Amino acid sequence: MDVELLIGILPQVVIDGLILGFMYALIALGYTMVYGVLEFINFAHSEVFIFGAFVGVEIMLGLKSAGVLERFPWILVLVVVLLAGMLASALLAFTIERVAYRPLRHAPRLIPLISAIGVSFFLQDVIRLTESIWRNAFNLVYPTIESLNVRLEITETIDVSIKSLVVIVAALLMLWALHALVNRTKVGTAIRAVAEDQAAASLMGINVNRIISLTFVIGGAMGGAAGVLFGVQYGLINPYTGFIPGLKAFTAAVLGGIGNIPGAMLGGLVLGLLEAFAASYLSLLTGGAFGAEYKDIFAFSILILILIFRPKGLLGEVVRERA
Amino acid sequence: MTRTLRIVSILLLAAAVAVVTVPMAGDAQGKGTIKVATQSPLSGGQAALGEGIKLGAQLAIDKLKGPLEKAGWKVELVPFDDQAKPDVGVANAKNIIADKDIMVVIGHLNSGVAIPSSEVYKEQTLAMISPANTNPTVTDRKLPNVSRVCGRDDVQGVVGSEFAKGQNAKSVYVIHDKTAYGQGIADFFKADAEKKGLKVIGFEGTEEKSNFDPILTPIKAKNPDLIYFGGIYDQGAPFFKQAREKGLKSKFMGPDGMDSSDLTKIAGKAVVGMYYTSAAGPASALPKAKSFVDEFKKKFSKNPEPYAAEAYDATAIALKAVEAAAKSGKVTREDVSAQIRKVKHSGITGDIEFDGKGDRKKALYFVLQVANEDPTKWGDNKIVKQLTIAPPAEKK
Repeated sequence: MDVELLIGILPQVVIDGLILGFMYALIALGYTMVYGVLEFINFAHSEVFIFGAFVGVEIMLGLKSAGVLERFPWILVLVVVLLAGMLASALLAFTIERVAYRPLRHAPRLIPLISAIGVSFFLQDVIRLTESIWRNAFNLVYPTIESLNVRLEITETIDVSIKSLVVIVAALLMLWALHALVNRTKVGTAIRAVAEDQAAASLMGINVNRIISLTFVIGGAMGGAAGVLFGVQYGLINPYTGFIPGLKAFTAAVLGGIGNIPGAMLGGLVLGLLEAFAASYLSLLTGGAFGAEYKDIFAFSILILILIFRPKGLLGEVVRERA
Repeated sequence: MTRTLRIVSILLLAAAVAVVTVPMAGDAQGKGTIKVATQSPLSGGQAALGEGIKLGAQLAIDKLKGPLEKAGWKVELVPFDDQAKPDVGVANAKNIIADKDIMVVIGHLNSGVAIPSSEVYKEQTLAMISPANTNPTVTDRKLPNVSRVCGRDDVQGVVGSEFAKGQNAKSVYVIHDKTAYGQGIADFFKADAEKKGLKVIGFEGTEEKSNFDPILTPIKAKNPDLIYFGGIYDQGAPFFKQAREKGLKSKFMGPDGMDSSDLTKIAGKAVVGMYYTSAAGPASALPKAKSFVDEFKKKFSKNPEPYAAEAYDATAIALKAVEAAAKSGKVTREDVSAQIRKVKHSGITGDIEFDGKGDRKKALYFVLQVANEDPTKWGDNKIVKQLTIAPPAEKK
């Protein structure tokens, strides 16, 4: 029965891993794009992510208390909530850059890093304070939309809920859009130029400050979308929920090669799959000696191994010259 | 160097002045102030239960401080927020023992916080009466200052597994949260379930708070009759919710950590019909509790969460002990600790008397079933079983 069981759950584990991986990928983009242009880690990005989830839940709860949540088609609700979350997170990321990073642009690189950590703590507690005054709640629950919970049976043991499919499709669409934006448009060329060499880019007539703001806006929007999808998929958020997924997404960005956009996507997927495999299989394979609680240790051990042999990450490039 | 010295000496001087002036200010109004501290999570995911403990103690003090005030003492409540974190609890405990007016601590919610914090109280034999800590280690260390008005997990776990067997569950899957409390009770549940011939097909710890998919996949494949979650509602609720959404049909069960209206607030109809054991029954099960519930609602305009009644009783006992100690005209912490063990109290959770270790001589245990997905109707949960059990006899 054991081998049968192990193989039987495999497709389900892959699906779980993909969902988690796409979410990491979306968040990781924010880290990697900012690193690409500024070469510093925006640790406040985990709060940008969870801020999107909070805006999403507030809108859904608002619709619910107005009694119209069930009346609108779910796809409309979802699109509205996603767009709102993206917009809010993009605005937040833009503001953070303006207030906390731009004045420190020419300071030593550790300084904006400290500033980022400060912003992260500040935002966590601002969200906590606002929610406790506004709703007197710490944990917020995404209202259930019944049609999203319907499960499609693929085989007897494998089924996928609609919302999981929605997460995957939405993530794919956004990753594709971003890829097209960066590689096929003028703005994308400008972003890549700024990442390559800020001074030269500005000599070519590119407004560097505007491009940097744009990078934050795009990264923030992706993070906000991930936040809403996270909320829809897992249901429960609190002001500190962003921290761990943020940390893992950062890891995913490093794994894929920080500064590299396809790398962040790949890194997110690899980390998500590793985590899902470890959580589902560790206790089955070791007879309970190592349980699901070791999933992070397992995933991060693999990460260390990969980085030993490929220090630049999976798709990492040679470190660029910096002007 | 000299600058550091100067700063240190200024600080020392300031501290000395503070120590001298504080008791004098108290004495001016009478014999002094007696403070009762509460330590429970007032912020964070478990604040609903922690707040209940604080308010229960508050109500008891407001209602029962009369005799002490007549004798010339001022009675005050000092709430502390331990955030359900051991390090915060211990840091608070150090502040508490430094405040000489604090005679009793009512707390904590989490055994993992209570155990290290009580080691700090012990330094000064400052009494701690726990309304909620069910882990056996809390009293098994035989500290003279630690007592509790709730039951023990080695009994509660057994009550759970016995009930699971009665429900015709043949296979069970046990999950826990890796804390002293959650893993502790999960261990007791598992051990007794195996003894009773139930098949434990999985035993897993997790600190995950949001994504339970990868853990649920093997559980679904093994399809157990019952899933037991040893932990607290802020983690259990999303777990059970995702389990139902994933299509699991097993019965759900948990310990008293699930006993909060936030369970249904988070998990909604996924947990309707779920069983949980408790060492604190709903107020409706307690004959004397009706007036308590009414007063609580009137004063704080919300329903008492589980353990609010226990906190009320614990505070009532504390005040009785302080009264007994105050007869000599001077209250010491050692004296209060010793008096607590002598108190015979007929409280809202029944008659309370402590044994030599600080366990309640006869504690109440319940098995309840979630009746409604509406969190405001948490009080309607059905009692399916009620037991009065003495703590297990000393092993070794």
